[in-house]
Amino acid sequence: MNLAALLAELTPVHGVRGALIVSREDGLVVADALMEDVDGKAVAALTASLADRMAGVTRALGQPEPVVWQLEGSEGVLLAAPVAAGLLVVAVASPEVNVGELRLRVLRAAERAA
Amino acid sequence: MRSLEPWVEAPLSAFLTESGARITLLMTGSGQVVAQHGFTRSLDVMSAAALGAGIMAATGELARVMTTAPFDSVTHQGKALSLYLAGFETPRGRWVGLVVYGGETSLGLVQLFFGRLVEDLGRAAPAELPARQVLAEDFEEQLNSSLRSLFGR
Repeated sequence: MNLAALLAELTPVHGVRGALIVSREDGLVVADALMEDVDGKAVAALTASLADRMAGVTRALGQPEPVVWQLEGSEGVLLAAPVAAGLLVVAVASPEVNVGELRLRVLRAAERAA
Repeated sequence: MRSLEPWVEAPLSAFLTESGARITLLMTGSGQVVAQHGFTRSLDVMSAAALGAGIMAATGELARVMTTAPFDSVTHQGKALSLYLAGFETPRGRWVGLVVYGGETSLGLVQLFFGRLVEDLGRAAPAELPARQVLAEDFEEQLNSSLRSLFGR
């Protein structure tokens, strides 16, 4: 699995400010392609924590784990998809991003990384 | 949480809340305890401080042998509990933080909020106080006073 190639599929999308592969258990950056002002360590730690908690919610509801998490705020969008081997594919984007396209690419990257 | 320096309490409290750490010990580079959370016995905290400072000294020496800059942090990953040990500069000199955390948090979160703790401590530190001379006849009283502050006894 070429992680740099996976990330290179996400970063050309207009509005994407960075993409990461994150170790889900540790919340550490495994690979990244980020703009300078994006704090990759913070994104990795907080996204892994969020994914862990959200997975706990769906488990409690008796549902399978989601295939993608999508957070939209006034200043940006975050998408994360779980991958086998305890990794997450994460994309950070500004609000003007085409969320549909980015979502597809994140899901495709997660499938390829599996 | 117990602290010998009142200005350490707010940053440390924020760190404990945000990181989910179970035990945290802040000490000087020589192993003198500044603040602690999670320990219940003075013997444990003194041992942990001495061992933590020893590990930092050993890794510093290892870096010297490898002709590289000193390591910023050391992590011991365990099945149930893990340990994060990091040295950092403060206006009061070099300190060491020892953090024990479980599966309810992650190394990434501990690292992230430890970095913020270091920044907060830098901002919260009061202007340098004149160094007090520790006299031999005061030593026992000062040691007991420190232990009372750290354990509330």
